[in-house]
Formats: sequence, C-alpha cells, structure tokens
Amino acid sequence: MIETLTIGAETKMPLPQGLRPGYAGKSMNDRSASSEQISQGCEQTDWLVAVRDARDKAAFGRLYDHFTPRLKGMLIRSGMSGAAAEDVVQDVMLTIWRKAHLYDEGRARASAWIYRIARNRQIDVIRRRPRPVPDEMIVEAESREAHDADAMVSLEQEAEQLREALATLPQSQRDIIERAYVGELTQVEIREATGLALGTIKSRIRLALEKLRHELKDLRDE
Amino acid sequence: MKQITHHLPEWLIRSYAAGSLGHAFSLVVATHVSQCDECRARLEAEETAGGVVLEGLEVVDTSEDLRARVFDGLDEDVAPEPPAPRRKGIYPGALVAEMGSDQPRWRSLGGGIRQAILSEDKQGSARLLYIPPGMAVPDHTHGGLELTLVLQGSFHDETGEFGVGDVEVAEDDLDHTPTAGIGEACICLAATDAPLKFKGIVPRLLQPMFRI
Ligand SMILES: [Zn+2]
Repeated sequence: MIETLTIGAETKMPLPQGLRPGYAGKSMNDRSASSEQISQGCEQTDWLVAVRDARDKAAFGRLYDHFTPRLKGMLIRSGMSGAAAEDVVQDVMLTIWRKAHLYDEGRARASAWIYRIARNRQIDVIRRRPRPVPDEMIVEAESREAHDADAMVSLEQEAEQLREALATLPQSQRDIIERAYVGELTQVEIREATGLALGTIKSRIRLALEKLRHELKDLRDE
Repeated sequence: MKQITHHLPEWLIRSYAAGSLGHAFSLVVATHVSQCDECRARLEAEETAGGVVLEGLEVVDTSEDLRARVFDGLDEDVAPEPPAPRRKGIYPGALVAEMGSDQPRWRSLGGGIRQAILSEDKQGSARLLYIPPGMAVPDHTHGGLELTLVLQGSFHDETGEFGVGDVEVAEDDLDHTPTAGIGEACICLAATDAPLKFKGIVPRLLQPMFRI
C-alpha cells in the first residue's frame, strides 16, 4: 500500500491549490490523502471525490452546474422531451449524491460514471423496465484504495488525450462520434460508423482500454 | 475465471454504452460483461469516451425548478434500495434480475430441448435454451442478428467451439446447426432481433405456438 502510493506520488503533477473544494482541513485518512496527492487535470473528478468523502455540497453544486445543462442536452438529443429530460436529470443528480460512496476514481472519470448513470436511468424510464446491467465486480476495499492513486493519473491522461484527439478531428467526423455517444444513432448506424469516423480516435480509446484492462487485472490479482 | 475466447464485438459494446441497444441484446451484453473482465474494461473504455463527449456538449437551459428539486432532495431520507440480485449458480445477477427468480421457467420444445422466454418486444427477443448433451438444435437461419452466450456446457457449429462465457455472433445469412457438447447439457442465453425460423424438425405451423 505505502509503496504503491509512493510510486503514485512520484508521477504526480504539481497540485493546483485552491481548485480542491472540500479538502481544506480534512483529516488524513488513506483515501483522502491518496486522492489529494495524485489529483491533476480533471476537476470534475475532484468534485465528485469531495462529494463522496466529505459530502461537500459546494462541490456537488459545481457538478450540478457543469453536468446538468449537458445531460439535459444529451437526453433531448436521444429523443426525450425537455420535461422528461429534466426528470431524468433530477434522478441522475440525486443518484450521484446518494451513491457517491460507490464511485471509484481509479476505474472511471467523473464524466464516465455520470454518463453511465444517465444511460441507466434514461433507459429504465423509456422502457419502463430495468435496463440489464453487469454485476458489480466484487473487490476488496483495501485493494481498491491501494490502486486508486496511479490508476487515476493514467486514466486521466488517456482521457485527456482522447479529448484532444476528438477536438482536432474534422467537423464531420466529430459530429458522427458525438452523435454515436449522445445516443442519436441506431445500433446499425453505430456498427457502420465504427469502421469509418471512429477509426481515427480508435487508438485513443484503445489506450484508455489498456489502462482499464490493467487496472481490473490488478484488482483481481490482489 | 475461465478462459473466454469469443467476446462481444466492439460496436455492440459501444451501442450498449450509448443506450442504443434493444433490451434483448442489452441482456446479452450485461450477462457477458458480468463474467468477462476483458469486455468489462472495453465497456468502461467506451463509457470513458462517452463521458468525454458529454463534457464537450453544448449547454442547454435548465429550469430553476430542476435546481430546487435536486437541492431539496439532498437532505431527504430515502429508503436504501434493495441490493442488486447476486449470481445464482450459473446465472449472473443480470440474468437473475431478468428471470425474477433463481431458476428459469422451462417449457419443453420436444426432443429434450427446453426454452424459457425472458423478453420479447419489437426490437427482439431473449430466451434461455437447454440442449441435452450431444443434441443438435434444428438447422435454422434467422432474419436478423443472433447472439448466443453459453452459461453451462458448450456447443459447436460450422463456425467453431463455444464454451462457458463465449458469445457467438451469427449474422442473418448464417445457416448453422449448433450441437451441444457431450457430457453436460448446454444452457445458453440466445437473443435475436428477429423471430427465428427453423427449417428442420419443428414444422413452420408450430412456430407461433412455441414462439421460436
Ligand atoms: Zn468478453
């Protein structure tokens, strides 16, 4: 555990002080210490960690301001009315608050975790039956904490590069990718689009995959 | 964890992540990911991409009422949700949830073959099949895509061998004869986006009755 954290600390970037809601004066238990040391890049993930560890309402407010208008836009684009979209967004935001203890920053960035929650809720509502979801991996809390440190850093790096790759794509390709993940395309369209527009960011998704694959393997090996 | 050699195709995982997959195929994805770390990582990578796209979306106006409803909800006491169903024997929790019980409600199809229909809607159907050791499922083609995930035993057909956890993705033009391995009955989850059409044993007229 200590060794892992040390390695994590060596690879860290300088901490942007003042961007860390909810941490001032917090006691040094294992989790908050490791989260604080390795944080870089993604303030949304920091906010979510602060909600999880400190039940920090200011941090939750930041998550709300950032994600609510985007989630609503995504849900409308995948076919919901504005009112229905707001109902789902309400459930998603409250789920984030109530299930923050299940969030693991070594496995998912805040946006990925929230994206999944939104999809689950949206589909439960549209189909009026529970969306089939994979069984949770049973992982010892100990091993989870030990891995979070470096796991989060490299996941953030891959996701950041994925974001940059997406931003530099020609508009037409970026539109297709955006439409695929927003939920505007059918399974057939996604299948066809995958070989074409997605080709260019595929390598970036692969790298994120390598990272996650490694992380899951480490968790299993504990 | 057993070695799985036939995984979910990328587009299927991506469609699941994006919420663009019908219920029957979603059940196959959730059941496979429940027992395959490789595809779990691939799904999480897709969700990472989905999250990156979400962060970059244009903002739309939201109502003050929404804000009030969310922030009022923070201090509300809510009863904890019942825990998600756990795996029961060969059935991952995702399937137990779908069945609503520990065991499938089998119906005989004749010849020792049994099925339990799990879901049917206009996007497709999902069912469990029980095939006695060494028995062949009637030669069939299908109008759409068919996914078959092995839960117990194994089967083989013209395209290969499929053991526990493996998924066969059969395109609509595949005319195949899946045959259960010897030793143990093969139990699998099968999903299609069109009704199956058997060419063999079961006469066409019986199809509506058996719903196969
Ligand atoms: Zn797999």
